[in-house]
Amino acid sequence: MSLLYALLAIGLLALLFGLILGYAAVRFKVESDPLVEQIDAILPQTQCGQCGYPGCRPYAEAIANGDEINKCPPGGESTIRQLADLMGLEAKPLDDAHGSNDVKKVAFIREDECIGCTKCIQACPVDAIVGASKQMHTVISEECTGCDLCVDPCPVDCIDMVPVKVTASSWRWQLDAIPVKTID
Amino acid sequence: MSLRIASSPHQRSQRSTAELMRLVCYCALPGFALQCWFFGWGSLLQFLIAAVVALGTEALILELRKKDFEKALSDCSALLTALLLAICLPPLTPWWITAIGAFFAIGIAKQLYGGLGSNLFNPAMVAYVTLLVSFPVAMTSWLPPQHLAEHPYNLVDALSVIFTGFTGEGYSLTQLRSDADGFTMATPLDAVKTDLSLGLTLEEATSKGQFNNGLGIGWFWINLAYLAGGLVLLKLRAIKWQIPVSMLGTILLVAGIMHLSAPDLFASPWFHLLSGGTMLGAFFIATDPVSASTTDRGRLLFGAGIGLLVVVIRTWGGYPDAIAFAVVLMNMAVPLIDYYTRPRTYGHQRQRGKP
Amino acid sequence: MQSLIDKIRQGRFFDFPGGVHPPGRKTLSNQDVIGKCTLPEHLYLTVKQHIGAPGQLQVKVGDEVLKGQALTRSTNPFALPVHAPTSGKVTAIAPHVSAHPSGLAELSVEITPDGRDKWIDLTPIPDYQQLPKTRIIEAICDAGIAGMGGAGFPTHIKVSPKKDVEFLVINGAECEPYITADDRLMREHAWQIRQGIDVLCHLLNPGHVLIAIEDNKPEAIQAMQVACQEKPDYIICPIPTKYPAGGEKQLIQVLTGREVPHGRLPIDVGIIMQNVGTCFAVADVIFTGKPLIQRVVTLTGEAMTKPCNVWALLGTPICHLLKHAGYEKAQQGVQRLIMGGPMMGFSLASEQIPVVKSTNCILAPTQQEMTLPEEEQACIRCSACADACPVNLLPQQMYWHSKAKELDKAQDYNLFDCIECGACAYVCPSQIPLVHYYRVAKAQIRQQEEEKQKADKARDRFEARKQRLEEEKAERELKHQQAAEARREAMHKQGDDPKSKVAAALARARKQQTSDETTAAPETADKVAAAIARAKARKAAVQQGDSAPSDTADTAAEDKQAKVAAAVARAKARKAATQQGHAAPSDTADTAAEDKQAKVAAAVARAKARKAAVQQGDAAPSDTADTAAEDKQAKEATASKSKTTKQVKPKDKVSTQVTAADTPVKPAPADDREEQKRQRVAAAIAKAKQQKAQKDRQQASSTADMPAEKVAQPLVEVDEQKKQRVAAAIAKAKARKAKLDMQSSADNQQDKTDE
Repeated sequence: MSLLYALLAIGLLALLFGLILGYAAVRFKVESDPLVEQIDAILPQTQCGQCGYPGCRPYAEAIANGDEINKCPPGGESTIRQLADLMGLEAKPLDDAHGSNDVKKVAFIREDECIGCTKCIQACPVDAIVGASKQMHTVISEECTGCDLCVDPCPVDCIDMVPVKVTASSWRWQLDAIPVKTID
Repeated sequence: MSLRIASSPHQRSQRSTAELMRLVCYCALPGFALQCWFFGWGSLLQFLIAAVVALGTEALILELRKKDFEKALSDCSALLTALLLAICLPPLTPWWITAIGAFFAIGIAKQLYGGLGSNLFNPAMVAYVTLLVSFPVAMTSWLPPQHLAEHPYNLVDALSVIFTGFTGEGYSLTQLRSDADGFTMATPLDAVKTDLSLGLTLEEATSKGQFNNGLGIGWFWINLAYLAGGLVLLKLRAIKWQIPVSMLGTILLVAGIMHLSAPDLFASPWFHLLSGGTMLGAFFIATDPVSASTTDRGRLLFGAGIGLLVVVIRTWGGYPDAIAFAVVLMNMAVPLIDYYTRPRTYGHQRQRGKP
Repeated sequence: MQSLIDKIRQGRFFDFPGGVHPPGRKTLSNQDVIGKCTLPEHLYLTVKQHIGAPGQLQVKVGDEVLKGQALTRSTNPFALPVHAPTSGKVTAIAPHVSAHPSGLAELSVEITPDGRDKWIDLTPIPDYQQLPKTRIIEAICDAGIAGMGGAGFPTHIKVSPKKDVEFLVINGAECEPYITADDRLMREHAWQIRQGIDVLCHLLNPGHVLIAIEDNKPEAIQAMQVACQEKPDYIICPIPTKYPAGGEKQLIQVLTGREVPHGRLPIDVGIIMQNVGTCFAVADVIFTGKPLIQRVVTLTGEAMTKPCNVWALLGTPICHLLKHAGYEKAQQGVQRLIMGGPMMGFSLASEQIPVVKSTNCILAPTQQEMTLPEEEQACIRCSACADACPVNLLPQQMYWHSKAKELDKAQDYNLFDCIECGACAYVCPSQIPLVHYYRVAKAQIRQQEEEKQKADKARDRFEARKQRLEEEKAERELKHQQAAEARREAMHKQGDDPKSKVAAALARARKQQTSDETTAAPETADKVAAAIARAKARKAAVQQGDSAPSDTADTAAEDKQAKVAAAVARAKARKAATQQGHAAPSDTADTAAEDKQAKVAAAVARAKARKAAVQQGDAAPSDTADTAAEDKQAKEATASKSKTTKQVKPKDKVSTQVTAADTPVKPAPADDREEQKRQRVAAAIAKAKQQKAQKDRQQASSTADMPAEKVAQPLVEVDEQKKQRVAAAIAKAKARKAKLDMQSSADNQQDKTDE
């Protein structure tokens, strides 16, 4: 008989707590962006496709579906850490198979060599190249994401990826890297 | 010859971590000396054993971690841990217990957490608690003050007891513990606790030989010495006032209220303040910067928590003294306290105490 | 409010939390009057010396400039000009190492002085009180005055606030150790500073003026008190010495007890703060017309034999000043040069770095004076840093998170409220360069934010592009659709006939396919089409009826009949193709598009190919049919029948002719867009013709060939391959025709049955 009481008590308690939990789940539900949106917001939007997907959003969808988070070289370590945070995963080093995250670069068209074929314009995922057919093209470096996609289509190889120059405002206090003038 | 690049500020105050640690050690010395005076050479030997093991363990683990151990050892933090542990141990504790304690303090409680600055708990207290739980008898085998003891011991006796269990004359530790009347003498805290639980009144409990005016002989002076050392630390700004003041204040308040409500059942606040390791705990243990709270309000809370726990555990708990338990328990609460006691930053309307 | 002023007048100030008391070492350099420095060999004027935008260069290499001549100009309100500090020649405009912690090269104008030191014409405005305020502000802007306390914020922006100013605070605290530039300036030029304050008061109209000086500068306090004697509104405030009391926010807190809310400016709490050096420069501009071309620089540190203050022209390389102060290079084990004070200054990477508007001190300490930073040890969370922090931060937590690169958490601890005063690192017993960690973290956060913004922009652009491409595609499709519709409409307009014929033909084709010839296509909407269809169906039925008996008469007849019918249909198709061939030329006329014509040609060629095949097939079955059909009665019957229907034939032929004539019109516009549709139509036509072919196969075979030849003509121009194919087809067709002609004459009877 006492066993029955015990079972009953436990059962009632379980029910009660279940109800409380259920209520809390509804009452305190955290509205959040769909996962893909959140992942997409973290990705650097270079649309470079180095991850193997045609753009950042497809990769975001792939991550949401369980793909690795370390396939984004332009995002580098910080992006991986943020993704790991978001997805509740261990941050892991960048997968070298997808390229390395070296210095940030932007495309530069050697304008006297450009033949105005518009191929790079069509390749640019962010419309950062201006120009018209048979006219010289140029890159809006402010808008360039450094995705590299315009380099291959160029028939005359007049596009270079140029490292972005460090200015006083983009300097990051790398004191060790300051070239010290030698005095004699 | 090239120009040297460094980040500002280029000027620094001269106080270093090692200096801080040494200062704390120096200020603990008067109390330690009095402890040796009242309870014999044992404590000094304990310190030597603990120091050797602690420094050795630290060096070993730092070597394993491929760090520069010479530099790390010179910061004196291991030495301070050893000193605090030695002070807490009964003077004639077998050497291997002390060694285990010192190893545990440095190896487990400190280095496994990431070394100096990363340990969550006060290493000496964690080690003491571990020993207390593991070897309860040995850890409560305090001696009577030497002038009350039946068999006072000397340095050689102490060495012999610590390493073999018997003095040169064949006395065992148990015999050494008995007083002039042949009774085993408990510490004042232990005695009061036992007697009160047996239904005796406080007056009856404190009428025994080891008491004088309701306070433990020896312990009174030792506590006063630690208080003095602590005041010097305060004066030298090596520690901040919040933790000792709030801890002692809470003990005074809580114990005072209890004592006033039932003078026969609860020990007096003065007894609490000047018994066991209260002063040592308030000025030397709870103020350990690594494991204590780091905000001013947090320190007040932290100290008050320790004070409360000390009185509660001493009165109702299973162990006579409670400093170690109280400190370790409050160490656990430090991250939470720190989080909720962040000071209001300049220009911010109210503190962002959001979870 | 009044009580606050009373409090300030009584010298009772507020306190700010934290702060440190580093040794001042001010007596090192504040003993002598501000000296004059000789002209350096070259001056390097960094184009951008303030917070804001750089101006456009107004000079080019080789230009002769006069002292005080503006080198840059800009209409941007945040841009300030720089001026030639002496007369001379512009010898270079190139990047030169700049007065920035990074030591990066920035665009600078190099001036080689000619030694004449000749001023341009100066236009002082001593009667400024009569002039509109904008005129004064303009003068201040044109003089290139930026905050001289260190930050370098354009002064003209600061003196044209949108809100009422309750307190104008003149900052002469100079809380950094070693620096005595403001101290000496106040001692020697208190009068001119007061004049500058007068100008600022005229502009700002503040309730009170507070001149804050740390109480370790009694001479400066006295000098200022004397200078401000007749101005009861100007309150000299000797504030307690504590670093960093001279910080803008801390000074406001000390004087008024107010705090500048996070992310806001002092003006939001009714306060404007100006450095004493700025006041001096403002007075210079208004009363002498001189732009900002020089400033007081403290040269100090034990490594200098003659530490002093000096009037340094902007652009003077540090090495020149060091020489002036007797810097003992050789005796230094480790050379360190610091621009600014020991707490917030930055170490210089080159001796060629020029003096800029915010350079207040060059510090050259000996190794004993400032020990080299030791190796950083573990943080023991002693919170000495938190006690020293003047803005109540928790430096140890920010350090922890900055080090672990948990930037969001560091930000959560209000990292951006850190004023980088260095008090925390000063007191740290573990020698942790805390401020450096914060700077790196801040730079990283800023960079991340920038990247985030850029990423957002890139995403927007990417999505805009995607949308644009999709829209373009949709537009194209819409155009196609519209064109197709237009085509259909045009067909309707041109006449229902052809269309209906096509429809009818389609209907018939369907019938043919199912070899159920009795079912006509009554569903065709068009009346004419229906009529024709009915007529055709009737005819077909008749034929069927005709052939059926002959088939039943013969055992193999049925089979052969079908084959013959198919063959004839194919032949008919050939004819249709021919008609289509007619379409081709019209097509070329209609549309210039070459490829379309090619497509037409292809269709034609296909039709031809089919025709060729048909002809071959045609011949064989008809032969067998002849031999097999031995029943003469049947033959006669058909012959008689053919005679009876002969009268119908011309009419029928006319109708087919009409179809043939019209169908080409139809495919032509159809070709404009959709090849597929066209092909289908062509096929439909071909099929339709097949049925008709049953009636006049002979005619089809004969007439088809002639147009085929004609078709070949335009096709030649079209496509080589196609031409060849067509030619081959034609050749084959001709061969077949010859054969067929013979056969047709021989098997005339058989042919007639079809009619």
